[in-house]
Amino acid sequence: MPDMRDKPRTEGAVIHPLGVDGLLISFGADLTEPANRAALAFRAAVDAAELPGLVELSTALTSVYLRLDLTCTDHATTRSALDGLLASRNWYEAALPEGRRLWHVPAIFGTDLAPQLDEAAALAGLSPAAAVTMLCSAPLRVQTIGFAAGQPYLGQLPRQWDIPRQTGLTPRVPVGALAVAIRQLVLFSVSTPTGWRHVGQTALRLFQPEKDNPFLLRPGDEVLFRSVSTAEYENIRANDPTGGAVAERLG
Amino acid sequence: MAELLITRAGPGVTIQDTGRPGYLAQGLSRGGAADALALAEGAALLEQDSSCAAIELAGSFLSIETTAPLRIALTGALMRAISDDKVLPWHASHMLPQGAKLELSGSRGGYSYLHAGGGIDAPKILGARSAHLAAGIGRMLEPGDRLTPGTDKGRASGMALTPQQRFAGGVLRVIATPQTQLFPEDVLARFTATAFCKDARGNRMGQRLVSAAQGFALPFGLSILSEAIVPGDIQITGDGAPFVLLAECQTTGGYPRIGTVLPCDLPKLVQAPAGSELRFEFVTLDMAVATEQAEAARRAALPRSLRPLIRDPQDIADLLSFQLISGVTSGDDLERNAV
Repeated sequence: MPDMRDKPRTEGAVIHPLGVDGLLISFGADLTEPANRAALAFRAAVDAAELPGLVELSTALTSVYLRLDLTCTDHATTRSALDGLLASRNWYEAALPEGRRLWHVPAIFGTDLAPQLDEAAALAGLSPAAAVTMLCSAPLRVQTIGFAAGQPYLGQLPRQWDIPRQTGLTPRVPVGALAVAIRQLVLFSVSTPTGWRHVGQTALRLFQPEKDNPFLLRPGDEVLFRSVSTAEYENIRANDPTGGAVAERLG
Repeated sequence: MAELLITRAGPGVTIQDTGRPGYLAQGLSRGGAADALALAEGAALLEQDSSCAAIELAGSFLSIETTAPLRIALTGALMRAISDDKVLPWHASHMLPQGAKLELSGSRGGYSYLHAGGGIDAPKILGARSAHLAAGIGRMLEPGDRLTPGTDKGRASGMALTPQQRFAGGVLRVIATPQTQLFPEDVLARFTATAFCKDARGNRMGQRLVSAAQGFALPFGLSILSEAIVPGDIQITGDGAPFVLLAECQTTGGYPRIGTVLPCDLPKLVQAPAGSELRFEFVTLDMAVATEQAEAARRAALPRSLRPLIRDPQDIADLLSFQLISGVTSGDDLERNAV
């Protein structure tokens, strides 16, 4: 059994092989604001460095993944370049990416359209009304896009939202569903089974493959939800192809 | 204009190519043919680029008609291919005349491919023609669909190749993941000593494996922070069974991964018939890189491994051996038509 364990880097970042042709740079085993910023900023730096043989680059919550064309480069060369980049600054202090946007998004909470609001609010120790107020009180950051096409993980919610996933799966939530667990909201880009609790419903379409710009959100964007009535939600859904989302530039 | 008209299609018949890299950051996995080797074999048989799109059958059936002469190749999991009362040998290329009917049936699971000279010229979405059903790109083919082949620059047909052995289970080579070291040594030892079978519930996103052994779950497995995952990663889910992620998998995941199957061994997994034994063997990263490079060179050389489909006794013995394994067609069908 080969030992792939690595010595920790400066600032606690660790580089691991991931698959035969990939490397994973992890900035922390727990989701923290600095680790999330570090991942986003380091990804941008790797992109700008134009490493030879780099064919794919992505971030998760606190990590960056690179896939390499091993006919153009090798692990050692790339790791050496990454070591240099890691040592060049304290990535945990990096600013958020440029070109970020704040999205105002109408959502309906509870009702038959989002049936697990009461259950999730109770787990957070809140009344349903207080839960909705809290979820809509401040913008949430797109901490990563992943799992499915265009699908954002939004956070970080206040501590009382550190509620577990369900042990069983909800067989299917619709496109645009807003679901909560572990201090995050997921906005679903496809209809899918999930262990997260379905507390809200938006009319957003996060991935439209036929469009020139198929992905709505980017990591670093922020989303502020606005609670709307069933009638308003149905009106948006029927008449507004943008799902009622309005973007403004941040910073 | 040459067209390929779908007259019958079972579930899980899609257009596939080598997939769409470059969108992982947006949550879209590469996708592409479940058996990438079968795609390369079809391209070699038709003397065309392996980026050409083909029709993938996930253990299903398909009937087509042609509106013009069409070169085709048949690769991947063996099926019965009948065109106007003749049985066409599998792992081979053929020329279909104008108005020909072709029926593919008798699948015993795995992934089978029908390739067209010039490739299937479906519209490109985000740089590829592959259906990615999980992301809502493309769809399953249906009766009445009309597909257009690309410009066919090749001429050869009636060629065959001996497919790389991958239709009977076997050993899957794996490398360590960032979480492999979290599994205790005795669990890893048990993992490599266990014989697994494919669970019936596999698809293009992933394949669950079952065994008589107890599970391999980590007690703290559910608290791992979600990070990038790659096809071939072996997730150990809550019930302790390994789940191997495939072409159309999600892009991030939070289950611990005990290892990653080498890309060149994934065809052996997706094509393993029900009930056949699969085992895992750890190799070093250096060995894995060398193995992948050797396989890439072998695939590049596939066009030089073709032989004509003639009544050479050696060839016929070869083809008959496949028939004996599969029992799909009788041997004399082949002898009558292997010309």
